[in-house]
Amino acid sequence: MELLGFQLPTYGWSTILGSAISGVFLGAIYALVALGLTLIYGVLHIINFAHGALLMLAMYAVYFLWHLGGVDPYLAMLIVVPGGFVFGYCLQRGVIGKTSHGRDEIILLVTLGVAIVIENAALFLFSADERNVQVPYDLDGIDLGVTYVVWTDLAALAGSLLITLALWLFMVRTDTGKAIRAVAKERQGARLVGINVDHIFAISFGIGTACVAAAASLLAPTYAVYPQFGYLFVLIAFTVVVLGGMGSFVGALVGGFVIGITEQLGRLYLGESLGLITISAIFILILLFRPTGLFGQKA
Amino acid sequence: MSERARLMGWALLATVLVLLPFGVTSGRWIDFVELTLFVAVMGQAWNILGGYGGQYSFGHALFFGTAAYIQALLQFRYGISPWVAMWFAAAGSIAVGAFVGYLSFRYGLRGSYFALITLAFAEAFHVLARSLISVTEGGRGVQLALNQDPERAIATFQFTFAGEFLQAYGYYYTILIILLLAYAATWWMERSRFGASLMAVRENEDAAEALGINAFRVKIGAICLSAAIMSMTGVYYVQKFLFVDPGIAYGPSKSVEALFAPIIGGLGTVLGPLLGAFFIHGVGEFAKEAIGAVWEERPGVDLILFGVILILVLGFLPRGLVGLLDTAWRRLTGGRGGHA
Amino acid sequence: MLEVIGLSKTFGGLKAVQDASLKVDRGEIVSLIGPNGAGKTTLFAMISGFLKPDSGSVRYGGRDLVGMKPHEICLIGVVRTFQVVQPFANLSVRENIAVGAHARIRSRADALGRAAEIGRRLGMGKMLDQPAGALTVAGRKRLELARALATGPDLLLLDEVMAGLTPTEVSEVVNLVRGIQEAGTTILLIEHVMQAVMSLSDRTYVLNQGRMIAEGTPKSITSTPEVIEAYLGHGAAARIAAQGGGGA
Repeated sequence: MELLGFQLPTYGWSTILGSAISGVFLGAIYALVALGLTLIYGVLHIINFAHGALLMLAMYAVYFLWHLGGVDPYLAMLIVVPGGFVFGYCLQRGVIGKTSHGRDEIILLVTLGVAIVIENAALFLFSADERNVQVPYDLDGIDLGVTYVVWTDLAALAGSLLITLALWLFMVRTDTGKAIRAVAKERQGARLVGINVDHIFAISFGIGTACVAAAASLLAPTYAVYPQFGYLFVLIAFTVVVLGGMGSFVGALVGGFVIGITEQLGRLYLGESLGLITISAIFILILLFRPTGLFGQKA
Repeated sequence: MSERARLMGWALLATVLVLLPFGVTSGRWIDFVELTLFVAVMGQAWNILGGYGGQYSFGHALFFGTAAYIQALLQFRYGISPWVAMWFAAAGSIAVGAFVGYLSFRYGLRGSYFALITLAFAEAFHVLARSLISVTEGGRGVQLALNQDPERAIATFQFTFAGEFLQAYGYYYTILIILLLAYAATWWMERSRFGASLMAVRENEDAAEALGINAFRVKIGAICLSAAIMSMTGVYYVQKFLFVDPGIAYGPSKSVEALFAPIIGGLGTVLGPLLGAFFIHGVGEFAKEAIGAVWEERPGVDLILFGVILILVLGFLPRGLVGLLDTAWRRLTGGRGGHA
Repeated sequence: MLEVIGLSKTFGGLKAVQDASLKVDRGEIVSLIGPNGAGKTTLFAMISGFLKPDSGSVRYGGRDLVGMKPHEICLIGVVRTFQVVQPFANLSVRENIAVGAHARIRSRADALGRAAEIGRRLGMGKMLDQPAGALTVAGRKRLELARALATGPDLLLLDEVMAGLTPTEVSEVVNLVRGIQEAGTTILLIEHVMQAVMSLSDRTYVLNQGRMIAEGTPKSITSTPEVIEAYLGHGAAARIAAQGGGGA
């Protein structure tokens, strides 16, 4: 095969399929991380730069629960998800909301500041060492012929689907969800009908953080954590969110799969390192030509 | 303050910085000031686009890294003189700036979207620098040969083995000269039609257009000037450390370092980035000392403080430290201060 | 001087402007009136290059302005102001006006000098060093006018520069506009303040629901049935005629 004059390697279908399947699982992980981000964007219209740092922090929480208390990472969800909610709520109410004056660029910079503080606090407290949770079942899985799938990846896939569903149900069925949608759509109007907008902002930020905490539980068996861990995901999560359409859960899910599969195929054809260029390339093209994303509404 | 008083203030400050090595003999102090000046130049580069132009870049490493790579590779591969290479380095960074600016501004990206796309470009260059091994040496980085011949210190733009004075202060004066040029350029810009147009575009693009300003061209001009200044920090870095790799060049740290100083010091002011750089690095050094004295030395302390200061300034000092000084000056003189 | 021929613009399904034409001769003050939402500002935006019309042309000095950028249109002498004032809030009044002056003047010092001169001419001499963000509504409207004037326009498009002003302020601005015209600038203005329209305009166009429904001297316009209906509702003209009443 040839692309723009470059000779690309030729692979059999099973290799390509195997790559695509592992792309789906990778995509599920990206979607998991992006779900919280897209919720925060959809409501607050802010780009939360601290999202990766919050993921990293939750990963440390899962790690220490396992390391110090012997808590299984999946079970840790019962603790880190509510913990994430409270942390996110306080962060929005106490820091971001108080300092950003409601201006987009300022919020972006404030969340960058928050990310820097969290990352370096982790560096200061936990050092730069990589730490990983070891579970006895981390290599168990199922052989699909074209590729081998470990249960932990399958759990992440199931998790991403369930969280998408849960978020959607929450937004459609509950009063809080409806209030969140009202605020997202018409901030001033929501305020006029008596919705406490600051509270709803903080709730949304809390839920977004809770999502990322859930993602951390699902990622912990596979990924080692270190202070810059979040940065690895920040750009990818933004890409997924922008691709899917900011604020769209289904978009985040689909966007995650698209990015995951593209990345794996990119690595297959362009090599482990250069393959990653596909992510930045998609991001740049989407920002330029379709900033509302695949599923986003026109601004 | 009158224009004259301000100019005198700058002349005084420049004199102090030029004479500093004659008064301060502690190498540690000189190192501290040198690092601060380096950050202050990056800050001014960011300030031209972000502070005066209102376009917040999250990828200024693009211009630092591109210049650093060109500076290093031209010497490494072709043995080109560093004094020649630096012009190519600047041209390369400006070209990248024009390219990124052209795409972003043509397609109307503003605010957060501009921040995201600059970040994405920096990451794309990061990946390319790591992957195109035949060009960039990949993740290993480019290591320049150390010149050990004092006679050739100037020719090689390396001061590690130079005469006593150059060895101690060569790099200090290198960054100082860059700083003075960059700040003079900003001073000039602030008082030019271009600067007025840039600030008008920052404040309100539609109104600026209605008054005859080609907002697209002005923004391209700003990103090119910004890239040109940033490129000099890349040249300085390579000549000092004789090394560059993808993480140093295009990693997030340079992009972030570039925006701290101007925001904390005061956006859209000539003095802001310098003031901000001295403030945060002063606080950072002090905190490291303090923590190191009572506890063990650990990384991260200074950046935690930078982050906290950034958030506090964004929240409560919208005009930064310069704004604070301006208010204080007004109180002191009882008159009006004007923008510093 | 300016000739707008058959301009149309549709937003979604809404026909904002349909086949609107108008003409302004050198030295005139022409006004454009019409109820809210009639499409006046949309028409201005198309003349000044901020919106691209779906069809029609804008002739000015032998060229078609359609397709030109706002800054290009400004530089050939057609400048608009904004109904919702758009000051450069963090710049001083002097610096604001100087941005306009720079359209023709390269030197910073000269532009600032010109800005002060225009500021004083428009009665803003005392406010020159205030930040524009600190001005009152009246001050901002005046600044909008001053900035546009500083570009040295041949044709000024003024979009409701008197809205929200007190009667005293209105008559001051009326005098300013009169002065600008006497100094050689042609003016097309959108206005709701009828006192101003009546006293300033040589001719008036009436736009309603995107269509140009009447044209003439301000006096004749106010007795045109279509105009009365447009403002007062269907059947109003007949009722007024039955009562034997005249115009406004």
